[in-house]
Formats: sequence, C-alpha cells, structure tokens
Amino acid sequence: MNFREIADTVLAASTSNETEVVCIRQDESLTRFANNHIHQNVTETNYEITVRCVAGTRVGTAVSNDIRLESLRTLARRAGELANLQPENPEFKGLPGPSRLESTMAFDRETASCTPARRADGVGIVCRKAASNGYTAAGSMSTGSSTLSVANSKGVFAEFETTIADASTVVMNGTASGWSHVSGWQLDAVNWENLADEALEKVRIGQKIVEAEPGEWTVILDPFATADLLGMLAFDGMSGLAYQEERSWMNGRTGQGMMSPDVTIYDDGLDMRGIPMPFDFEGQPKHRVAMIENGVCGNPVYDSHTASRRPGLKSTGHAMPPSAGGTFGPLPLNLFMETGTSNVEGMIRSTKRGLYITRFWYTRPVHPRDVVVTGMTRDGTLLVQDGEIVGATKSMRFTQSYLEALAGVAAIGDRLRVLKAGGATIGVPAIKLNQFRFTSATR
Amino acid sequence: MRAINTASMLGARYADVRIITSRNQSIAVKDGRVEGLGDFESIGFGVRVLVGNAWGFASSAEITALEVDRVTALAVETAKASAKVPGEPVNLGAPVTSTGQYVTPLRIDPFSVSLESKLAMLLDADSRIRRNPGVKVAESSVLAVRHDKIFANSEGAFVEQTIFESGGSMSATAVAGNEIQVRSHPHSFRQQGTGGWEYIEDADFPGNAERIAAEAVALLTAEACPSKDTTLILGSSQLALQIHESCGHPSELDRVYGTEAAFAGRSFLTTEKLNGFRYGSNLVNLTADSVRPTGLGTFGWDDEGIPASSTPLVREGLFVGYLMSRETASTLGVESNGCMRADGWNRIPLIRMANVSLEPGAWELDDIIADTDDGIFMETNRSWSIDDMRYNFQFGTEVGYEIKKGKKGRLLKNCTYAGITPEFWNSCDAIANAKHWKLWGTPNCGKGEPMQTIGTGHGASPGRFRNVRVGVFR
Repeated sequence: MNFREIADTVLAASTSNETEVVCIRQDESLTRFANNHIHQNVTETNYEITVRCVAGTRVGTAVSNDIRLESLRTLARRAGELANLQPENPEFKGLPGPSRLESTMAFDRETASCTPARRADGVGIVCRKAASNGYTAAGSMSTGSSTLSVANSKGVFAEFETTIADASTVVMNGTASGWSHVSGWQLDAVNWENLADEALEKVRIGQKIVEAEPGEWTVILDPFATADLLGMLAFDGMSGLAYQEERSWMNGRTGQGMMSPDVTIYDDGLDMRGIPMPFDFEGQPKHRVAMIENGVCGNPVYDSHTASRRPGLKSTGHAMPPSAGGTFGPLPLNLFMETGTSNVEGMIRSTKRGLYITRFWYTRPVHPRDVVVTGMTRDGTLLVQDGEIVGATKSMRFTQSYLEALAGVAAIGDRLRVLKAGGATIGVPAIKLNQFRFTSATR
Repeated sequence: MRAINTASMLGARYADVRIITSRNQSIAVKDGRVEGLGDFESIGFGVRVLVGNAWGFASSAEITALEVDRVTALAVETAKASAKVPGEPVNLGAPVTSTGQYVTPLRIDPFSVSLESKLAMLLDADSRIRRNPGVKVAESSVLAVRHDKIFANSEGAFVEQTIFESGGSMSATAVAGNEIQVRSHPHSFRQQGTGGWEYIEDADFPGNAERIAAEAVALLTAEACPSKDTTLILGSSQLALQIHESCGHPSELDRVYGTEAAFAGRSFLTTEKLNGFRYGSNLVNLTADSVRPTGLGTFGWDDEGIPASSTPLVREGLFVGYLMSRETASTLGVESNGCMRADGWNRIPLIRMANVSLEPGAWELDDIIADTDDGIFMETNRSWSIDDMRYNFQFGTEVGYEIKKGKKGRLLKNCTYAGITPEFWNSCDAIANAKHWKLWGTPNCGKGEPMQTIGTGHGASPGRFRNVRVGVFR
C-alpha cells in the first residue's frame, strides 16, 4: 500500500478537528561480526504509523505497524477517542499547514538492494586483514532504505525516501584496540580496506604500552570523539523546549562568545555531505540553524509547538515524531561542525605533550547547564610527546565541561567525517583542544 | 510451524520462530497539561535459523503464509551469507522441548483501569508538585504494557506467554541561576515491573509529590558534595543501578566471549575467574533470577524456550556464575540458565539480565548510619558511566546527605562517586536487612545492533562501602 492510500484512509476515518498521519517504512539489514567471523545477521521489514488527532486543543496519539485498511481506520478512531478524554490544553495552537519543501535526493538503489552476501564480502575483508596480523575484529555493517511520510488535514503531504550504509569495526590485540566508523547514504561511502587499515594502525601503535597520569592534558580528538561533543551539546540544550524550560546550556549565553572563534556548529538537513532530510516529522521544511557561529552562541531549534509559544518564532523544521510518552522536544538531527585548515598529522607535530583520543564511551552529563560530562576513552588512547606518538595508554576517565573544552580549540581538521549516531547524523572533523581534564585511569 | 518446516526443508539444522503482539499505553502529564496520551501496538514475527554453523534472522510485520515463506527463505539466505565469514562450530547443547503457558500474576489488569482515572491521578500529583513555587517543571507518566508471545522451535518446543508490565515516574525540576536540580519518585528511571495497576497504586505518586518538590528546591541552595575519599552509604535504588552496571553486564557471557566487543563492550569477568575470583566482600551475595514476583526480568521461559530459574552469580564474595544463552553455555560446558531475550518480534534474542539482585544483609539501616562516624548517604541515580570492561565507573545521584558521628545531617547536591568494580564491592562492610530490600525496575537497558531496549529487575537494600572517592566534579 502506498502512503497516499494510507493517508487518505486515516484522514477519511478521523472525525477530529485536525488529523495528522506519520508513516515510517523501514527495510533494514545488519550484519555483525566478532572474533573474525559473522555471528549475527538480521533483516527487518516494518512500518510505524502514528496518528495524531486534535479535538479543540486536545491531542491524542495512536501508533501501530498494521497497515490493513480496517486497522488504519481503527487507529484514527482510537487517536480521536484519546483526544476527547483530555482536558483542553490552551498552549496547543494546532497542527502546522503546508510549506514549500526543497527538493533533495538521498536514495541509492544499490544500497537499498544490498544483499547479505555483499555485506559479508565487505566484512570478510576486515576479518581477514585482522586475522592475518594475529588480531581480532568485531563490528557491523548495516544497509537499508526508509521512507518518512507525513500528511495532515491542513494540506501537508510530504514523502522522502533515503538509504543508509553504515560500517564500523574495532580491531583488538590484547589490551590494544583501534576503531573506525563511516556512514553515508551510498554504499560506496564504505571503503572496507580503509576502514580496516584505520583500526589496524591504532592496534599496531597500541602494542607499546606507556603510562599517563590523570590530570589536565592537551588532546587531539579523532572525529569519532568530536562527534560525542556535538551529540552531548545537542541532547543537553539545543532543543527549543529545553531552552524554554531553562534547562539548556544556551540559556543566558545567546549572543555571547563562548567557544573559540573557529568553532561553528550548525544543523542543516539539506547539506548533501551528510544524510539529507528535507523536512521534519510534522512535514515542515528544515532550515539551517547555527547554534554556534564563530564561537558565538546562536539559537536552539524549534518545532511548531515550541515556536508557537513565543511571538516571532517560527518552526525551524526540527520536530521529532509524535509520542504518547512525552517528548524531548525538537532536536537537531543533521549536525555539522565547520572544518578548519589543519589535519591530525599537523596536530600531532605541534603537540609537546598530549593525548590523541580515538573515541569516547559511555558519556553522561554530570552538570547539564555547563555541559560537564563524564566518560571513558576507548579503542586507542595514544600518548604524544615532542610531536610524535610514542605509545598507547590504558583507557582514561574524564570529567570535563564540553563548553570549556571548546573554548580552547587549538586546531580544526580540514576533513569532514559523517557518522550515523542513533537517528541522527553528525559531520565532524578532528580537533585539537588545549585542555581536557582526566580524573582517573583504568588499572 | 510453517516457518520451521520451510527452514528445515531449505537446509536449516535448527530454527525457531517468535510471533509477538505488543500493546503499550502511555500517559504523560507536564506542568498541568497532558503531554502525551496514546496507544502503541505492534505485531509481527521473526525467524531465526542455524544453517551449518552460521546464523540468519529475518522478520516481518505481515503475518501471511506467503510472507512467512519469503521471510524464512530470507533468513536461510542470510545464514548462508554468514557462512562466507565462518567461525567455530556452534553447539546448542541439549534440545529444548519446553511446552506450556505463562501469564504474569496480577491483581488489576492495567488496561482495565480507565484512562480518566489514570489521568486524574497524574494531574493530582502534578498539581501537588506545582504547589511549590520553586519548581520549574513538573512531569509524571504511567505506562501499561502487554506482550503476547508464542515461541516454537525445530526441537519441539512450543510455549505461549502473556507478560503484563506496569510502570511510571514523576519528577520535579528546580532551576536557579546555573543550577538545575531534579528529584524523582519512585526513582529517576521509570519504575516498572511485571504486574498490574496495583504496582502503580503502591508507588503512591500523590503522596510523594510535595516531598520531591520540596527536595528539588532545597537542593538549589544545598552544599555541594565535597571531594574526598570517604565512607559511602548507597540507598536501595542507586545500589540497584550499581548492580546493573557493575555486576549484571560483566556477567553476560556473550560479552566475555567478545561477541559484543564492538558495541556494548567486553567484560573483566573472564572465564578463568569463574569460581576463583573474589568479586566482593564476604557479605556480597548476588543472584540472577527470572522468577521473583514483579521483576522486569520475570517470565515463564526465555526466548530460546529455557524455563525461568534462579542462579547465584556471586556467593559470599566469590564469583560463581554467568548469564548465558544455549550457545555460550555449551561453550562453557554447562546448561543455559535462560537469559536470552529480544525486545520484539523484529530482533534476535541476546543475553540480557533478567533480575540481578543483591541479597539482603543483617543490618537495620539506622544502625548502619549510627555506626558511621564520617560519610555520605547518596540516593536516586542522576548520571551513570562505566567503561567497556565494566571496571572503571562513575555515578552521580540526585541527592546526598552528610553523615557525621552516626547522624544524617546536611543535604548535599551534585553528588558523584567513582571506583573500580571489584575494589568497590570488596569494600562493602554492611548491607541492610530484608525489611529495606526492594526490587527495582530498569526499563531502558540498551544492547545490541540494531539497538534493543529491554527491562531488567534489580533488588537491593542499602549498603555501606569504605574509602570511596566522592565529589569527582569540576
């Protein structure tokens, strides 16, 4: 059944003042490997139909994966009944109307039809390379397609089909490990040879163990680690809802210089270097929003509800899927950090004493307002002395304000790495930070 | 049985199929408004096959004969592709032939309670929180879940289960200047268990609303947690999370064998440590079970058809057991203790904690405090982080209290503590008795790729730990 039929069925069955239907179709496969062999290999075909019915200012939501006609009609009636049960919510200003959407394309037929055998061929390259060095590889490769479709009774009708290819590996030998990860909407974004070599190189360096004590360090972050900084800043305060509830790190800082002037962080659903998404889960066009522009704090992102709370605000196209369990509010799902002019080799050469970090792990906010975060390094924490890597240390724990860290950016890499992170994609370069606080080392 | 027969005909030496219908009803209230009210329903099936020594899995939301044939063939094709990068021979151990039915024991079907009365309870609690003018955001929610699951395998197993879950949470957030303070009830993750609406009634949301509001506001002006090594007493719900992260996860045998290395990570509890490693002090007894009433890991059979059971993980401080699947147990030379669960029809089962609990000790909580000359009592998780080996951890709590000369004193904010897992558990010198023991639910445990989120249960009473680093904060 196509989305036009689904939307027509739901909208015709609804007796509410306003009705919205969001459909996410997923056809996704994932191959996992560990100990140099494939141990899990899965595929899924599914739909998620979310119907939002509005009665006055009351909103009911019903979700199902059953696309049979009678089930869709039942879903519409159920959402309407749930709306009718509630007290009025004067803050709700109605569903948004249609807006002009930019045309963009992020669908690759080869990626959509990738077979398990083809994924296995790629995985085999990494496993054989690791095994031939006496190392062990683990990781995953996912391919698939999905379609986001949104329609409402005010005339919104939007559909966008996209593909995804995502591969990552950790290669290990004793206490040494290395990591690589790459994502894109085309299968050829994944170069298996490069993926394996990048992880293998860290393992080779990691054969030499050196000691590093906790304390203040200059750090060089691979893009995998830089991505964690952006992800945490997004989760901890780039939402217009968090800003309105004064839970955001942006509160009281808008317009202020708070990071190094070289730092620009923005969300852009139309940037073809990432995995584009031209509209949000309300069918509203995605606009570029700079949360940090040349080190100065900009604005959070909004959906139609948070925008309607303040005169002069408009949705920036960042609504998340409607949820019956409460909401995080709008979120940036296409994050980028502007590239600079440096590179990792140059960052290492210019470092007297520092740590080169592959990625962060299990990071959690400790103080949300200052974005103080704790977490571990993982899969390659390398000691740099006098401009050279001299060996690998054991993983270290940090407790650090990401805002303070980004106020001391010494260099930004010139290459962007696109990484899938949950439902979002993040495009980031390597960066060098003057100061980063490590609070313990793993024994 | 069509899927199993088809898989066998196509060359599978083992196959299982799960058909699952799930219903989830959520209500969320925020600042006097209904934030969300809705139903979620999902139905589908998944077929898992073993062809030679290679696994394949495929799933679909469409349950028709034609789709069953397509999906089963795809599962077999996927397994054959897995064989292109082969591993060691797979041994599943003794055949599993379980049959029967299981329904979660409950007093009140959570779907039989009217939405109006659920909403009224939440709005009452919400208004009580907002009576305190210092509260910036008041949030509360309840959830009712029902899973109808059918499992069958090519060895003759056929089991049907209906699992009910009820859960909810509420919180008060206070903001002043650069401080954001939160107090939650019953704890900061949604408190959830297998059971009926009585589970929510027992949590008494309205009766705790004003308390959490007052505590959140008081925290804004409280002293910050000092930085030092000291005696730490953890409340029951924080200790439950400590168990989850530093005992439950490292006991998962798939992590030990490296099959989660790229994502969730590995474990420091390697197999040579079994029956010989001192994980904790003599007081520490940790049990994995799937039989305790109301546990989020309580069921009739796991998703490989293994019956629910109870096994020790740590006995008098000695590490003695793992959480296992059929395949990993066989590699270790033992039988599975039934820890394989999937979070839906579209996911393969993985080794998951069921209920992992710290058995109660002999102390009264008041006596532990009275016996502590200098220390801090911390309760209700606010942040949690642990390394990929489950060794180096740092947790933060919503609230802390200074303990001086055997008495609970000043309120402390922004409390954190850090340590190394076996050192921490070996420093345990007091555990409160069964009167203070509570089985908590952790509804959001993530593992696997694609990510699976599943509920686990953890029972604990408060415990005391010596020489712990606290106040790890900048």
